[in-house]
Amino acid sequence: MNLLSVNNLHVNFHIKGQDLAALIDVSFTLNRGERIAIVGESGAGKSILGFSIVNLIDKPGYIKSGSIKLQNKEITTMTPRLLQEVRGKRIAMIFQDPMMTLNPVLTIGAQLVEAIRSHTRISFKDARNIAIEKLHSVQIASPEKRFNQYPHELSGGMRQRVIIAIVLLLNPDIIIADEPTTALDVTIQAEIIQLLLDICRDNSMALLLISHDLGVVSRVAERTIVMYAGRVVEEGPTLEVINDPQHPYTQGLLNALPQMALPGQRLNQIQGNMPSLNERPTGCAFHSRCPYATDKCRQQQPDFIQSGVSSVACFMVENMITEFEQNTDEESL
Amino acid sequence: MRHLKKDIIPPLQESRWSHIWAGFLGDKLATLSLAILVFYCLVAIFAPLLAPYNINSPNFMDLTNAEIAPSWISGDERFLLGTDDQGRDMLSVVLYGTRLSLTIGICAVLIQITLGICIGLISGYLGGRIDNFLMRCADIQLSFSTMMVAIVFLAVFQALFGMDMYQQLAMIMLILVIGLAEWPLFARTIRASVLAEKQKEYVDAARIMGISPKRIMFKHILPNTLTPVLVIFTVQISNAIVAEAALSFLGLGMPASDPSLGALISVGFNYMFSGSWWICIIPSLTLIILILVMNMLGDWLRDHLNPKTYRD
Amino acid sequence: MFVFLLRRLAQAFFVMIVISIISFAIQNKLGDPVQQRVSMTVSPIERAQLRQQLGLNDSFLVQYWRFAKKAVHGDLGTSYYYKAPVLDVIFKKLPATMELAFCAIIIVIFIATPCGILAAIKPRNIVSKIVVAFSTMGLSIPIFIIAIFLVYIFSVKLHIAPSFGRGETTNVLGIWDSGLFTKDGLRHLMLPSITLAFALMPIFVRLIRAEMIEVLQSDYIRFAWSKGLSSRRIYFIHALKNTMLPVITVGGIQAGTLIAYTILTETIFQWPGMGFLFMDAVSRVDTPLISAYLIVVGGIFVTTNTVVDLIYGLVNPTVKLANHGL
Repeated sequence: MNLLSVNNLHVNFHIKGQDLAALIDVSFTLNRGERIAIVGESGAGKSILGFSIVNLIDKPGYIKSGSIKLQNKEITTMTPRLLQEVRGKRIAMIFQDPMMTLNPVLTIGAQLVEAIRSHTRISFKDARNIAIEKLHSVQIASPEKRFNQYPHELSGGMRQRVIIAIVLLLNPDIIIADEPTTALDVTIQAEIIQLLLDICRDNSMALLLISHDLGVVSRVAERTIVMYAGRVVEEGPTLEVINDPQHPYTQGLLNALPQMALPGQRLNQIQGNMPSLNERPTGCAFHSRCPYATDKCRQQQPDFIQSGVSSVACFMVENMITEFEQNTDEESL
Repeated sequence: MRHLKKDIIPPLQESRWSHIWAGFLGDKLATLSLAILVFYCLVAIFAPLLAPYNINSPNFMDLTNAEIAPSWISGDERFLLGTDDQGRDMLSVVLYGTRLSLTIGICAVLIQITLGICIGLISGYLGGRIDNFLMRCADIQLSFSTMMVAIVFLAVFQALFGMDMYQQLAMIMLILVIGLAEWPLFARTIRASVLAEKQKEYVDAARIMGISPKRIMFKHILPNTLTPVLVIFTVQISNAIVAEAALSFLGLGMPASDPSLGALISVGFNYMFSGSWWICIIPSLTLIILILVMNMLGDWLRDHLNPKTYRD
Repeated sequence: MFVFLLRRLAQAFFVMIVISIISFAIQNKLGDPVQQRVSMTVSPIERAQLRQQLGLNDSFLVQYWRFAKKAVHGDLGTSYYYKAPVLDVIFKKLPATMELAFCAIIIVIFIATPCGILAAIKPRNIVSKIVVAFSTMGLSIPIFIIAIFLVYIFSVKLHIAPSFGRGETTNVLGIWDSGLFTKDGLRHLMLPSITLAFALMPIFVRLIRAEMIEVLQSDYIRFAWSKGLSSRRIYFIHALKNTMLPVITVGGIQAGTLIAYTILTETIFQWPGMGFLFMDAVSRVDTPLISAYLIVVGGIFVTTNTVVDLIYGLVNPTVKLANHGL
């Protein structure tokens, strides 16, 4: 059974009398212990997707339609009381910038203990023991000392470890990690990713990794979802998506990687910018930047089609597959 | 060289201003506030033409006409808004009072701006020790509060020179004291934007081209710091007017013979409880509405021009 | 911590020196001590002798040094009008002002804080809209006009509260005349303290609201939500403490404003405190009293600011106290 299933999710932002779509028709499922990556440029709606799963979208954003089910319990219509139960205990989040994520005026210990005590009736002393044990498990040296320190006394990598410890406190089923390493030094990035991977494997926790770093994604995730301008454009096993990208946007993303260009050559960037919320084009949103765009792309939104083990929303791929099928049909005749 | 020159010209923001102006006209409350403020300014400028009586004529004060209620109560059509304790026409007095209050407010803020811009530019551009020293002075000055400095200064001045001399110099003293006491606000704002502006490429480019620091400051940096100044400007004028009114109310400001709105309210306070409420209420309302519209404009400007939100 | 304390004290000391120089200059220039001591019939030669005796021909610095030495021993001169040591005169009025300021601060804290928080966390609530509207209006109505309206409604029309004086006082511990323990005293305290509170309330409501809104948008509050904490804990533990840090700083800065407004309030309500005494002294050109008032108020002011800074340093863990400048 699916642990988490998101179906036809639409999230809109109500800004200055306009209703702007930030997420359009997003669907995916996450199984127990599975690690999925969500990839795309900034502004594609990755973070909004992450926040909407725990129903934490800031106003003026709101979930317009669709459903998010956690083991058959609908999250979008949950009462605040029940949501509070889900957050932290069933689904926990790791944020982008560890410098901003911990409250500067509360001690590390206070921020750990409150997370336990708000979900379970437990004495401060017991909570403290659990907290120190978790700090230990994320490889923080002398956790007893750290317990009484304030966030500003810790380095960025250390803080991200503390945040991971907080997330682990209640053994959640799902961890949503929103670009957990973007704000860190390169050397520390690898350590944090390894830690995250180990933890998920050891405790069979499901991970939803939001990232634009394809290197990280290929190391961690079993499946990858590619998003563009609020829509899912391609979804499949990570190896397939990276080695044999179907959608022109995914191809563009991979071509733009530095290792894809020869030394001295220009990087193969995708031309143009992603359209902002209020200037979304008709048809396929990618058509203005797509080298294969046709009139059909400019007018109609492509549906998902199965291409091997991936599913893709692109007319070009669709045509190729139908042509291929026709050819094989003809050959077989 | 030509294309370099183009690069170092600070970015123009014409379209931004017209955009803001359109937004302003769409906000009814803001438009109404501006209309009222313009009305006040016109009234202040044309007070001598609008006032039904000449306040300088010796007949203006006539004790036989003292404390006549506004015309809709007393039916006395000579005095639309009634008369005060000395038989002066309230309408004329309030018109002139508004003129005085606005003049003092604007002049004081002009002094603040001049001082603030000079100190802020020097502090922000030169940095180092001078910056440190000036900003510490600003902190101390700011913590003493304008009102406290003004009260002490004017009180001492009054004791020093005696009442007669003081009354002659009152207006200049008020402008000077309010102007000098509030410089840190502008200086800090300008300094902050100078520091932000200094990081940008066009300043570096100008410096590399060998343009003198003074020219860089006034021609290149200053125009880009004016948005926050405009925001503070309106609020500061209203603050200055309130400060002037409070000082006059305490008897440290304009004398009763040449009254600002604050001085009028002060006089009226004594008659409030004897039934002649209009002597106090009319200038009070005039003052409150003036301050209210200026604060609303200031709020609007801050919300829509806010340098903080504009930056990203 | 120790270094910070030392630096802060050094700065307070410096400000006090400047204040004392100013007040000495006032005393020195404003009144002629010889004129005060002798009658008109004394000849110019005798006057000159007296000047010499009193040390009035010494340099400014020497005279200031004498003044400072006496000041340290609590001798700031004798009031011309009260014919008593100025410090005694001032300290007799001190309780009245302190109680007024204290009540005003209490009112501000207990009304502005919840109002500001409410306006930030429930912006669509009708009460918050009223709070915001009132704080804009309150900022625009000078406090002397507020005082006039309060007096008109509560004293003239409703006869609930008297509009002047301090009423009945009781002596506490032999040194403090308090109006807080009698019904009459409290009734007299009502209007002045509300007026004084009104002077500061809009600033704080707006400040707390603005800070709270900003804090609530921060990442650590989002993270706190994602931890599944209760909204009460998020608002009152996570957000409030961060909101209050800048408020404390502004509170320190407002100490000067508070002192200025006590002068205004006391004058309106003829409250027998230090501000009222000061305005009286000004109109009577009682120079020793004026200069002593400046020193006492300066002292109170510098102490408040130092204490506020220390509190800020203690509350905010990110302040490295040693590097904290002013």
